[in-house]
Amino acid sequence: MGQKTPLYQLHQEMGAKLVDFGGWDMPLHYGSQVEEHHQVRQDVGMFDVSHMTIVDVSGPEARKFLRYLLANDVARLELQGKALYTTMLNEQGGIIDDLIVYLMTEPGSSSEWYRLVVNCATRENDLSWMADKAVPFDVTLTEQPDMAMVAIQGPNAIETVCRVLGESRTRLISGLEVFQGVESEGWFIARTGYTGEDGLEIMLPDEEVAEFWKSLSEQGAKPCGLGARDTLRLEAGMNLYGSDMTEEVTPLESGIAWSVALEPTDRDFIGRSVLEVQKDTGVPRKLVGLVLETRGVLRGHQTVIVDSGEGEITSGSFSPTLGLSIALARIPATSATEAKVVMRGKEVGVRIVRPPFVRKGKKVFA
Amino acid sequence: MMSNVPSELKYVSSHEWIRDEGDGIVCVGITDHAQDLLGDVVFVELPDVDAEVSAGDDAGVVESVKAASDIYAPLSGTVVEVNEGLEDAPESVNSDPYGDGWFFKLKLSDLSELDDLLDADEYSAQCEDE
Repeated sequence: MGQKTPLYQLHQEMGAKLVDFGGWDMPLHYGSQVEEHHQVRQDVGMFDVSHMTIVDVSGPEARKFLRYLLANDVARLELQGKALYTTMLNEQGGIIDDLIVYLMTEPGSSSEWYRLVVNCATRENDLSWMADKAVPFDVTLTEQPDMAMVAIQGPNAIETVCRVLGESRTRLISGLEVFQGVESEGWFIARTGYTGEDGLEIMLPDEEVAEFWKSLSEQGAKPCGLGARDTLRLEAGMNLYGSDMTEEVTPLESGIAWSVALEPTDRDFIGRSVLEVQKDTGVPRKLVGLVLETRGVLRGHQTVIVDSGEGEITSGSFSPTLGLSIALARIPATSATEAKVVMRGKEVGVRIVRPPFVRKGKKVFA
Repeated sequence: MMSNVPSELKYVSSHEWIRDEGDGIVCVGITDHAQDLLGDVVFVELPDVDAEVSAGDDAGVVESVKAASDIYAPLSGTVVEVNEGLEDAPESVNSDPYGDGWFFKLKLSDLSELDDLLDADEYSAQCEDE
């Protein structure tokens, strides 16, 4: 038996098929993951993401510590509540995890603190790495294990949440920019997500989440499982840690060079020297999108053949929005626009595209 | 969750069902239990009409969001018809596995093979053991 989120019983009542995910019993789907996918693209769906790990970083050297720990630069956060997507690297530039960091206070405030949301499967490794690296800094790391987290995503997500919450929280939400969050009486409401749609991710005390979930359901938000979460993020061209990124690869080899801040050049961060060399000498491998325009479904670990050598699919699935199969693959550097994938013993032609595949419900690759 | 195993059908352990349509013709699909394991079906690759198959041969592929899975010919014979409706509506394998979700029809070459099939109770017992 795995760990259970405070919504476990409600998931069972709503007909969820539960599976083990990083040691947690989580909903895979509540009937049809394809229908849940469409629900998010076209209306509003809700996900229990309470398994994710929340770590608060405070203390006089919080900023200094995070500027050393993370590949992206928290000094870029110039507004209270703003979020930054980043990786946390080892000394070899390999990705220990990817995460979101929120600036929780006014920038430059003497009591500045940050909230980090990291993956559940990497929790222990992340926490011990952070604690170890924090030793020389005057910072405090505080995990928030008693907070639940719900992601409400889709074109009608924000409107649906506002129908459930009171006037004051509605006002706070209407003031949010994309990728910004706000605190409200023990809740943290952020305009972020992992689907390529507009929406919110809301962190709240465990004991309040069941009632919130039921109210959302009454207002038309349909529960969605990890299955739909995976096809939605893949269409949105977002990497999954453990599949598309591991400690064996750098962000430059993972399609997320934009999340690495090499400027300013005097900011030392873990992994920096390796990334600088890689940038100067050329990145040997890159993460690309693949589209299969014939029948079949691309799957993780299938071999990809390009003019410059062989690579591998890191995530592959059927795209419900596009009605064909898409994948992320790591291949040797090439300017080719076509590749072959070995599927069930046969070589099948695919197109190489630049992700994302879908944004706000629409096809976006050329 | 209990899956639906109609008593008037026959089964094989690889999760295909067989409906005897008379005149040596049978209709073949996959069971409710099988579609539940697969999850949402997104493509079905069927054999060619007139293809000769032997019991246990590969006779197509079901691709779901989760995995690709072979379909086996449960009996020997000639493919006389395939369900072309699955091209546009593969989801009927999930929603109606014993009806609109059928795969193909076989003209049997050896009627005695029908005796080797599982009945509903035997197939249900097998699913419970999995």
